[in-house]
Amino acid sequence: MDLLNTNPDNLSTLLSWLTFLPLIGMCVVLLLPASNLRAIKITAGVFTFIPLVLATQMYFGTFDKTVSGYQMVQHFEWIKALGINYSVGVDGLSMPLLWLTTILFFIAVPASETVPRLSKAYFVLLLLLELGVLGVFVSLDFFLFYVYWEIMLLPMYFLIGIWGGPQREYAAIKFFLYTLAGSVLMLIAVIALRLDAGTFSIPELVAIGKAGGFTGPALLGMSFTTWVFWFLFVAFAIKIPAFPFHTWLPDAHVQAPTPISVILAGILLKLGGYGLLRGCFPIVPDAFQDFAYVLGILGVIAIVYGAYVALGQSDFKKMVAYSSVSHMGFVLLGMAALTEWGMNGAALQMFTHGISSAACFLVVGVVYDRAHHRDLNGFGGLAQPMPRYWAMATIAFFASLGLPGMAGFVSEALTMVGAFQSQVGWTDEAIASGWMWGPFQWLTLIATIGIVMTAAYILWALQRVFLGTLNEKYADFKDISAREVFSLAPLLVLCIVLGIFPWYILDWMEVSISDLMQILTFAG
Amino acid sequence: MNTLTPNDYLLLLAVPLIPLLGYVVQIFFGRNLPRKGDWMLLGGMFIVMCITVYMFFVHAMGHVGPAPFWNESAMTADGPVFRWLYNTSDVPGDQNLIAGILYDGLAAAMLMVVGVVSFLVHLFSSGYMAGDRRYHIFFANISLFTFAMLGLILSDNILFLFVFWELMGFMSYLLIGHFAQDPDSPRIKHAAAACKKAFLTTRVGDTCLFFGMAMFYFLLPREYNDLLAQGAIEGERVISSFRFVDLWTMGGQIVEANNGEYPFWMSVAGLFTFGGTVGKSAQFPLHIWLPDAMEGPTPVSAMIHAATMVAAGVFLLGRMFPMMSPEVLQIVIAVGAFTALFAATIGCTVNDIKGVLAYSTISQLGFMVAAIGTGGLGIVAGLFHMVTHAFFKACLFLSAGSVIHGCHHEQDMQKMGGLRKKMPITFMCMLICTLAIAGMPLFAGYYSKDRIIASVIDSTLTQWRGANVFALVALPLAAMLTTFYMFRLIFLTFFGEPRDQHIHDHAHESPIPMTAALIGLASLGMFGGHFWLAGDPLSNNGTWFTNLVQWQTMYVTSRGGSLDLTSMNMIAVTEHTAHTGHVWAVGVSLSVLALGFFAALWIYGLKKLDPARITSKLGLVYEAVRDKYYVDEAVNGSVIRGTMGLAKGQKWIDENIIDGTVLGVGRLGRGLGTLCAWIDKNIVDGAVNWVGNTTQALGSVARLLQTGRIQQYVSFAVGGALLLAAFHILT
Amino acid sequence: MGVEAYMGVAGVLFVLGIVCIISRRNILYVLMGIEMILNAANINFVAINRFGNGGLEGRMFAIFVIILAAAEAAIALAIVLNVFHLFQSIRPSDADMLRD
Repeated sequence: MDLLNTNPDNLSTLLSWLTFLPLIGMCVVLLLPASNLRAIKITAGVFTFIPLVLATQMYFGTFDKTVSGYQMVQHFEWIKALGINYSVGVDGLSMPLLWLTTILFFIAVPASETVPRLSKAYFVLLLLLELGVLGVFVSLDFFLFYVYWEIMLLPMYFLIGIWGGPQREYAAIKFFLYTLAGSVLMLIAVIALRLDAGTFSIPELVAIGKAGGFTGPALLGMSFTTWVFWFLFVAFAIKIPAFPFHTWLPDAHVQAPTPISVILAGILLKLGGYGLLRGCFPIVPDAFQDFAYVLGILGVIAIVYGAYVALGQSDFKKMVAYSSVSHMGFVLLGMAALTEWGMNGAALQMFTHGISSAACFLVVGVVYDRAHHRDLNGFGGLAQPMPRYWAMATIAFFASLGLPGMAGFVSEALTMVGAFQSQVGWTDEAIASGWMWGPFQWLTLIATIGIVMTAAYILWALQRVFLGTLNEKYADFKDISAREVFSLAPLLVLCIVLGIFPWYILDWMEVSISDLMQILTFAG
Repeated sequence: MNTLTPNDYLLLLAVPLIPLLGYVVQIFFGRNLPRKGDWMLLGGMFIVMCITVYMFFVHAMGHVGPAPFWNESAMTADGPVFRWLYNTSDVPGDQNLIAGILYDGLAAAMLMVVGVVSFLVHLFSSGYMAGDRRYHIFFANISLFTFAMLGLILSDNILFLFVFWELMGFMSYLLIGHFAQDPDSPRIKHAAAACKKAFLTTRVGDTCLFFGMAMFYFLLPREYNDLLAQGAIEGERVISSFRFVDLWTMGGQIVEANNGEYPFWMSVAGLFTFGGTVGKSAQFPLHIWLPDAMEGPTPVSAMIHAATMVAAGVFLLGRMFPMMSPEVLQIVIAVGAFTALFAATIGCTVNDIKGVLAYSTISQLGFMVAAIGTGGLGIVAGLFHMVTHAFFKACLFLSAGSVIHGCHHEQDMQKMGGLRKKMPITFMCMLICTLAIAGMPLFAGYYSKDRIIASVIDSTLTQWRGANVFALVALPLAAMLTTFYMFRLIFLTFFGEPRDQHIHDHAHESPIPMTAALIGLASLGMFGGHFWLAGDPLSNNGTWFTNLVQWQTMYVTSRGGSLDLTSMNMIAVTEHTAHTGHVWAVGVSLSVLALGFFAALWIYGLKKLDPARITSKLGLVYEAVRDKYYVDEAVNGSVIRGTMGLAKGQKWIDENIIDGTVLGVGRLGRGLGTLCAWIDKNIVDGAVNWVGNTTQALGSVARLLQTGRIQQYVSFAVGGALLLAAFHILT
Repeated sequence: MGVEAYMGVAGVLFVLGIVCIISRRNILYVLMGIEMILNAANINFVAINRFGNGGLEGRMFAIFVIILAAAEAAIALAIVLNVFHLFQSIRPSDADMLRD
C-alpha cells in the first residue's frame, strides 16, 4: 500500500525548496552587516516574496485539486535507527494554509517598519519562524512535525520577548511555557504511537487507526486511543487556543509588536486547528467520535464566552485577541459536528480568520503607531482626520464580524448550518419521536448569541474609536500611509473576493475533506 | 409572453449589477469626477428603473391567469447561475450552493417599486445633500444599498436573501452614521450611537432568521425522506436546499402527509424566521432602532427606513408564508396588530417631524405584518400595502426633508407653522400623500388599507380566535390614529401662524431636483393604488395582483403537489363573507378616517381645544406615551445593562479565575522551584561545600610546613634520609 | 688503600656539600655545595670503576656528570642573575615564592 502516493510523477522537491528558502534567506541576512538595516529589510522582503510566488504557483498551478491523497511528495530516511523519515507532501487541507502563511509573512516585513529597536536579529528570527511554520504544514512524519513545531516556538519567544511591549518578558514566558506544555503532551502521544504501531508516518498511522490497529493497554479505565486523543487534543487546543487554554493569547497579542500579532493570529493559531485535522482526529477517529460533543461544547463556550469577554475589554488589541478566541471556537464547533458542511466551514474559517484577524491587528497597529496607546475610550472621531483608514478598518472589522459578502460569513454560515445538521448524540427515542434534536442543535442555538455579541463589541469599538466628536488631541493625525495600505490592501481584497467566490478555497479543500470525512465517520 | 427568455434574465441580472458597478467606480473615482459622480449613479438608476418598469408591465401586468409566468434559472439553466461554494459541477447539490434568479409576481412588483423609488430618491438627494462634505461617499453607499435591495428581491434561495439582507443592514449602518463623521453636524454623537443601535437590534432578528433558515434547511428534507421511507409521500428522495421553491414543495408535501397538521418543529422554525421580520421591519419589541435611525440624512430615511429595507421583512414574510404554521400566524397577527396600534399612539405625541413619520412607518409595517398573518386575501392586501406604502411614505419623508431643508435643518414641528405659502409644491405633495396614508378613497393607501381591514374582518368572522379579534379592534383604531397624527403634522407644519418668525422668514421652496422627485412620488401616491383596479376589484380571482401573489398555490399545484398550501392557512373565504367583510371594511375605514381627520382639525386646525388641556388630563398616560412607553429605557436597563454586566463579569472570570488558575499553576511551579533552590543551596550544595571546606582547612594546616625556602626543604630531605637510614640500621 | 678510603673522602665531601647548601646565606655558596655533592658522586663513580669489574661505565658517567655540572652551573648562574633582578638579593631565604 503506497500511502504517500509516491509514484514518480508525483514526487517533487518543491516543498523542500519552499520550506528552506527562508532558511537561506536567514543565512544571507546573517552575513549582512548589522548596521545596514535597509539591506536587511530588502533581503527579508525578497526571501519572503520568493516563497509567496512559489506557493502561489503551487496553489494555482502544480497542485491538482481533483486528486485525492498527498501531492508533491518527497520521502527519504532521516534517522534510520529510530525509523524517522523526512517525508513531506501537501493535500487540500494544507495547501491553502501554506499559501496563507507565505502571504502573511510577506506582509509582515513591511509592517515591521515601526517596530521599536528593530534590528538584524529580528529578521533572522522572523525567517526562522517562517521555516518552522511552513515545515509543520508540509510534514507527513510525526517526528518531523514535532521538530518543526518546536523550531517555531523559539523565534516566537524572542520576537515577543525582545520586541514586545512593556510586559513582554511575562507574555513571552507565558506563551513559551504554555506551548511547551502542549508540545510535551504531543511528544508523549507521538512516542506512544510509535511504540504501539512502529511508525512515525502520519498516513500509516491514519491507516492503522482506521483499521483499529492500536493495541495499547487501557489505563485508569480509559482506552489507549482515548489517552492518545486527549493528549494530542490538549496539545493542539492550547495552540488554537480553545477554552480554557486561551489565556496566554491575550497577553501575547497585547505585548507582541504588530507584525508578530499578525502572524500569531493569522497562522500560529491555525496550526492548532490544522494539527487536529492532520494529526489527531484521523489517527484516533473512534475516540474522536466518542468525545465530539465535548469538543462542540468547548467550541461554543469559546464562541460565546470569547465574545462576552471581548465586549468587556477596553484595550483595543485585547478585544481583537478575544475575538480570535471567539472565532476559533467556530473551528472547533465545525469540526466536532462531523458533517460535511461543518468540516468545510471549520477548514475555511481557519483561512478566513487568518485573513480578517491579521487585517484587524494591522488596523489596530496603525492607530497604535500614531497614538501610542490602545485605550478604546481614549479615542473618538478618528474617521474625520483619517477617512481612508476608517474605510479600511470598516472592511476589516465587518469581515471579522461575519458580514455576508465577506469571507468570514461563508465560513461561519457553513459552520453553523453544518453544526445544526450534526447528528452527534442523537438518541433513538428522539429520532423516533420526530423531534430531531440533540446536543449540537442546542449548541448551535447558543452559538447564535456569540454572533450577536460579536456584532456588539465590534460596533461599539468602531463607534468609540472612529465616530462621534473628534478627540482634539488627534486632530492632526495623518491618514493611513502607502506602506500601511500596502500591508492591509491585499488582505482586504482577499476578504471580499473570498466572500463572493469562496470556491477559491473550498474547491481546493473539497477532495481532501471528503476523504477526511470518510475516515472520521468510519464505523460511526 | 408568459415565460422569461434568457435575454430577460440578462436584463434582470443587469438590474442589481448596474448599481454595483456604479458603486465601485464611485468609491474609487467619485471624488474626482465632475459633480462628484452623482450624474453617473443617477443615470444608472434611471436605466434600472426603466428595466424594472418594463419587465413589470410586460410580464406581470400582462399576466392574468393561473399558470406561472416565471421559471427559475438555476433549475432550467435558462438564465444566469452563480455557483457559490464550489465552482465545479461535480459537487453534489446538497453541498454546493447554486444561486439563481426568481422573478415571480412578488419580485416583479417589489422590484418595480424599488427601482422607481430608488431613482427618485437619488434625484432628491442630488439636491438635498448638495454641499455635504462626504457627498460622493453618500452616493456610493446609497448605490450599494440599492444593489443589495435589488439582489434580495431577485434571490431564488433564502441564503442569498439573507446575504443581501445583512448587506442592506450594513449599508443602513453606514448611511445612518453618515453624519457621525461630520464635525459640522450638531448631532454627531447621536448619529454614532444610532447607527450602532440599528445594526445591533436588527442583528438580533437576523440571527433568529439565520437559525430558522438552518432549521428548514436541515429538517425539511430529513422529515420528507422519513415520510418517503414510510410511504406517506410518493416521489424521490430529496436533498437539502435553500431554494424557495424546494422549501415550498417539501413543506407542502410534509403538511399534506401529516393530514394538514404542521409538525411542531416547523412552528419553531417559522417563529425563528419571523424573528427576522420583527428585526428588519421594526416590529415590537425590536422596533426601537427605527426612530433612532432618523439621525441619518432624510433621503436615507425615505428610502431605507420607509420604502425599501424595512419592507424587506414583509417581503420575507411573503416569501416564507407557506412555511408558517397557523400557530405562528396567530403570533404574527398579534405582533403586527399590537405594533400598529402601539406605534400609532406614540406618533400622536411626537414633535419631531421625522419622528412622527418614523412611528407612522412602524405602525404601517404592523398593518402589513398583521394582514399577512391573517392569510388568504390578507397576504395580498399586506403585500399590496407594502407597495403603496413605499410610494406615499417615501414621498412623505422626502417632503419632510424638503421642509427641513427649507427651514435650515429645523425638525421641531412646534417651531414651524404657516409654511403652506412658502413651500407650495412640498405642501401639495405632502397633503396628497397624507390623504393616501389616511386611506382617502381614490388615493393609493385606500385600496390596500381597506383590503387589510376587510381581511381582518373576514378572518375574524370565520375564525373567532384571540389574535384575530385583537387585530379587529387594534387595526381600525390604529388607522384612526394614523389619520389624526398625519393631519396634526399637516396642521402644525403648514397651517396657522408661524411660531418661529425667524425660521419662517428664511424658509424657501426646495430646488428643482427635489421638487421633481416629490411630484413623481406624490403622483404615484395618488395613482399607485389604481393598479388594483386592473381587473375586477370585488372578486377574489379577477385582479391581476391577486394572481401575482398567489404564486405558492400555483407553484405547488404545478409541481404535482395536490395540496394548496396557501389555502391551508387561508380561511376558505366564501362569497358571502367576502362581501360582508368588504362592505364592513369600507364603512369602518371611512368612519375612522373621518373621526381622525375631524379630531385633528378640531384640535390643531381650528384650535378649538388646547392640546395641553388634553395632555394634562391624561396625565401619566400621556407621559408614558410621550416617553415611548419606556421601551428604550427598559431595554437599556435590562438587555444592555445585563449584557454589559455579563461581559464585565466574564472578563473578571477570565482574568481572575481562568487566568488565575494558569497563573496559580505558574506560581506553584515557581514556589516549588524556590523551595528546591533553597534545598539545593543549603543541603545538597552544602554537603559538597562541607567536603571542600574541610579539605581546605586541612590544607592550610599542612601549608605551614611550606616556607618556600629551598634550604629548609633540603634540610627536611636530608633529615628524612637520615631518619630512614637510622631506621634501616636500627632494625 | 682500598675503596673505603675513596668512599670516605667522597662521604666527607658530600656532607660538606649538604651542610654548605643548607647553611650558607649566599646562593653562590649553595651552588658550590651542589658542585661538591656532584664531585662526591664523581669520586664514587671513578673509585667503584677502579675497583670494580674493569669496565669503562663509571668513568663515562663521571665525564657526563662533569659536563652536566658545567651546564648546570651556567644555567644556575643565569637563574641567580634573574633572582637578583627580581629580589635585589641573593639570599636564598628571600626567594620564598615557592610557598605560594
